[in-house]
Amino acid sequence: MTFINYAAREINCKIVYYGPGLCGKTTNLQYIYDRTNPAAKGKLISLATETDRTLFFDFLPLDLGTVKGFKTRFHLYTVPGQVFYDASRKLILKGVDGVVFVADSQEARLEANVESIRNLDKNLKEQGYDIATIPYVLQFNKRDLPTTMPADEMYRRLNIKREPTFEAVATTGAGVFDTLKAVARQVLMDLKKR
Amino acid sequence: MTLPDLVLYDEEFRKIKESLNRLASDANANVVFLVDKNGQQIAAVGDLQTLDTTSLASLTAGNVAATDGLARLIGEREFSILFHEGERDNIHISIVAQRVILVVIFDERTSLGLVRLRVRRAMAELEKIFEEIAHKAEREKQALQADFDSPFAEITDEDIDRLFSE
Repeated sequence: MTFINYAAREINCKIVYYGPGLCGKTTNLQYIYDRTNPAAKGKLISLATETDRTLFFDFLPLDLGTVKGFKTRFHLYTVPGQVFYDASRKLILKGVDGVVFVADSQEARLEANVESIRNLDKNLKEQGYDIATIPYVLQFNKRDLPTTMPADEMYRRLNIKREPTFEAVATTGAGVFDTLKAVARQVLMDLKKR
Repeated sequence: MTLPDLVLYDEEFRKIKESLNRLASDANANVVFLVDKNGQQIAAVGDLQTLDTTSLASLTAGNVAATDGLARLIGEREFSILFHEGERDNIHISIVAQRVILVVIFDERTSLGLVRLRVRRAMAELEKIFEEIAHKAEREKQALQADFDSPFAEITDEDIDRLFSE
């Protein structure tokens, strides 16, 4: 749900990074945080366990500048990827405007990716959204590892509606901003239709 | 074609601010703010200089969402009031019209009893305002369904590229 404040001339949008455990959602946010001008970002909040696994969510507010005189503010969230945190994942999807699915490129994680997309589809439906129409971008992360699957094979298995797809190495930042930009573009273009 | 769920115009924004200001002064609170259940801050008044209100909004919504989940697990619809007590500052959280969250931060210069009393009155006011907002949105939706004059109808690819080049 985009929140448009005509009084303060602000648009607030919520982007959620989704994906299986340890696929690099938090690393995406961390890189964006590290590389953003301090004036344009708020604090990166991580509700994580002592071993740095996301427990509830990470949150990064980002001011991107103005569109048509409105300040655009993106709120980036990650979900906890581990299977048993499903109740928390549902809560974070509330009011979402766009989703980035971060897939782990390692062959051994293919089933986890597939399962997580299925989970996303189900949880979106429960919140009244449809994965077929919501702004959605796919990222193949960890392309630097020796055990990665070929990208075209991943595309065949994971791409569901010809959504924009990016190869990435979140630890070095490759593909991270391209992914964010693609989802931001879809969310803002979606505003036109309303 | 749907309009965004929450659209806030000057008139309602002003009314909300007035109501929050009144609550802050009547309850002798440090900060009063209003957050949408999705974590977007709607309005804030009081001593905000040292406060990261964006983070506060997101965490409050997370807190309420988690508590709502707990409520449903035990068969309640929601827990409509949450209270966090600290050594110096306290946070009082209540749900207005089932969709927005009213947060009051206060210290020893006032009391929980007074805050509760004043919050109750403010909630009645805010509920009315949000009813108006919902009605207005519904009216506009019907009236403007054909040609909603959105300022974003003209967004171009260049506009978006520019956002990322800064």
